[in-house]
Amino acid sequence: VYRASSSMFLCKLCSPYWKQCINDSPISAHQPPPAKYGGRHTVTLIPGDGIGPELLNHVRELFRFCCVPVDFEVVTVDSSVVSEDEINNAVTAIRRNGVALKGNIETNHNLPPSHKSRNNLLRTSLDLYANVMHCQTLPGVQTRHKDIDIIIIRENTEGEYSSLEHENVPGVVESLKIITRVNSLRIAEYAFKLAREKGRRRVTAVHKANIMKLGDGLFLQCCKEVAAGYPDIAFDNMIVDNTTMQLVSKPQQFDVMVMPNLYGNVVSNVCAGLVGGPGLVPGANYGKNYAVFETATRNTGKSIANKNVANPTATLLASCLMLDHLGLVDYASMIRKAIFKTLSETRLHTADIGGLATTSEVVQSIMREVQKTGPLTSEYI
Amino acid sequence: MAGNAWRSTVSRVMGAVKSQTQPRTFSRGMQTVTIIPGDGIGPEISSAVIKIFEAAKVPIQWEERNVTAIKGPGGKWMIPPEAKESMDKSKIGLKGPLKTPIAAGHPSMNLLLRKTFDLYANVRPCVSIEGYKTPYTDVDLVTIRENTEGEYSGIEHVIVDGVVQSIKLITEDASRRIAEYAFEYARNNQRASVTAVHKANIMRMSDGLFLRKCREVAENFKDVKFTEMYLDTVCLNMVQDPTKFDVLVMPNLYGDILSDLCAGLIGGLGVTPSGNIGANGVAIFESVHGTAPDIAGKDMANPTALLLSAVMMLRHMGLHGHAKKIETACFDTIRDKKVLTKDLGGNSKCSEFTAEICRRVQDME
Repeated sequence: VYRASSSMFLCKLCSPYWKQCINDSPISAHQPPPAKYGGRHTVTLIPGDGIGPELLNHVRELFRFCCVPVDFEVVTVDSSVVSEDEINNAVTAIRRNGVALKGNIETNHNLPPSHKSRNNLLRTSLDLYANVMHCQTLPGVQTRHKDIDIIIIRENTEGEYSSLEHENVPGVVESLKIITRVNSLRIAEYAFKLAREKGRRRVTAVHKANIMKLGDGLFLQCCKEVAAGYPDIAFDNMIVDNTTMQLVSKPQQFDVMVMPNLYGNVVSNVCAGLVGGPGLVPGANYGKNYAVFETATRNTGKSIANKNVANPTATLLASCLMLDHLGLVDYASMIRKAIFKTLSETRLHTADIGGLATTSEVVQSIMREVQKTGPLTSEYI
Repeated sequence: MAGNAWRSTVSRVMGAVKSQTQPRTFSRGMQTVTIIPGDGIGPEISSAVIKIFEAAKVPIQWEERNVTAIKGPGGKWMIPPEAKESMDKSKIGLKGPLKTPIAAGHPSMNLLLRKTFDLYANVRPCVSIEGYKTPYTDVDLVTIRENTEGEYSGIEHVIVDGVVQSIKLITEDASRRIAEYAFEYARNNQRASVTAVHKANIMRMSDGLFLRKCREVAENFKDVKFTEMYLDTVCLNMVQDPTKFDVLVMPNLYGDILSDLCAGLIGGLGVTPSGNIGANGVAIFESVHGTAPDIAGKDMANPTALLLSAVMMLRHMGLHGHAKKIETACFDTIRDKKVLTKDLGGNSKCSEFTAEICRRVQDME
């Protein structure tokens, strides 16, 4: 039972910035899976490696504290095991629950090519074709550039990540980059629909069609075709190397960007770096029937694991995106407000954004904020 | 001071001699350099560079050539034989921006040059320019990009209607060659570390091969530190703290993106030098900006990119003293902010900017 009216009232008191975040719900075309068991949702939780397990534990702690009606089904995937059974179990669990929250699973790139990236396997098995990342300048975080507000939509299943490689002649390796009309149209459609829903003015396609004339040419053509159906949204395109150059000098010129897989990797990491680093930006992977939420830059953070110094912001914001997707919008906005309030206080910044606070200090502060402003919370912190 | 210069010159020459198949004759007299002015603002900035070199009394004689593609016997497009001859003889070239024609039927000139001289390494040193403010200060890194294969192999097929495959080609030889060049460069220019940029977690075989070759070559260069980093991690860290990076070596596509990213950090293509190293000791230094047809002929162009590329060329040739002089003059002019071209924030003409640099160079004598 959540006090809808009181939280709505509190929302009205928020600054315009926070109000926009509260309206940050995903595409309405996707119906959230209904809460089956006593009004509670079940979500698959994949701890992953590095800082994943500790940060996802904090998410569980916070949800318990805020009485969020979500239960987690934990599925561990061991990155060192050669068999693909564990990741297949995870995929089955996500198919069952419809939604997942995950940490990054490490890929040992010294293993032979038969050992595929577990994260990639998850994305392709569930056909999570759209990776959406919203980069905005956050109040309280010191960055070189101000007023950044970019939505990056990255094709998540094909392109350079097809994992199709072969060595025909010893010493000569060919790797295939696949671009299909169907997937390009699909991602372009998603991008324009999202842009319209969020009231965005312009979609920029990022490509390298001057060199990869057929591949990226096809992608660009599909984007142009879809753009014709959205006359209210301006469409332009930019070559990827020029895009990165523009991003580091004038990132304010970008609105919504859509691109194939690899360029998406580069651009999303550049943008995450511009707004303050990997610890601040959440990411979401949407498919037709499933959604998986994680940090936008998908880092394992092995070097800072279990030291209580990781920034929980990205993971917590990802859990808020998940709550939005489930329809628990009020809980999401309550937690998000608390996160931003904590972030605006410099003494509660973790090391990656220039502070000295520990992860637990940040999470405790967020819980205190929720207690101050939100509805009744659990007595046990 | 002189001792250091002599020692570094010797190491440069030794390094240069070791890495080439034919030793370059090093005459104490005038060395010939092929200059390709290019299109658009190319001729203006080329003459600016020639003027500055004259003022600095650099022992170089210029041979001007045109590289507009012509159809050779057999129907294949090629660069004019005079240009090829001149480059083969002089081994060093300086190139202005070339127009890429859209419907002329022949491939881009840059691609032709690359193929003709097997320019396998693209080197872009990115150093923050004092006086030209960007949000990033203290950038001092070098991107070395494999320039012949990788994602830009140009091999694409339509499998069925609506499905296109592009082939990314990675070969042992090319990977080894670029890795060797990167380590040689690091050693010759006193750089502390070389980082290989890859995405071997996803492209296991191709980038894995590239990485293996880099590791093998690293074994022979124990004095240079070798690290590996994922492309996305490099991008993430580059925009947060570019001082962490030194020399970066990578395949074609990542190199294209990262070198332009780094150019953006220091102020854009208008101030970034670039060099292409080829087999058989050929090296062509170029400015990577466009031809800017809208300001061509109006004496508004900024010759900094071509000038810094020419300075890079002087260092490659071992003329460190002249290189330092011209570079200092250029940076001092920009730092003073009194005579700057429009793109740098001033409103002086190209000729005024050039004259100012010439004056400083002569004052240094």
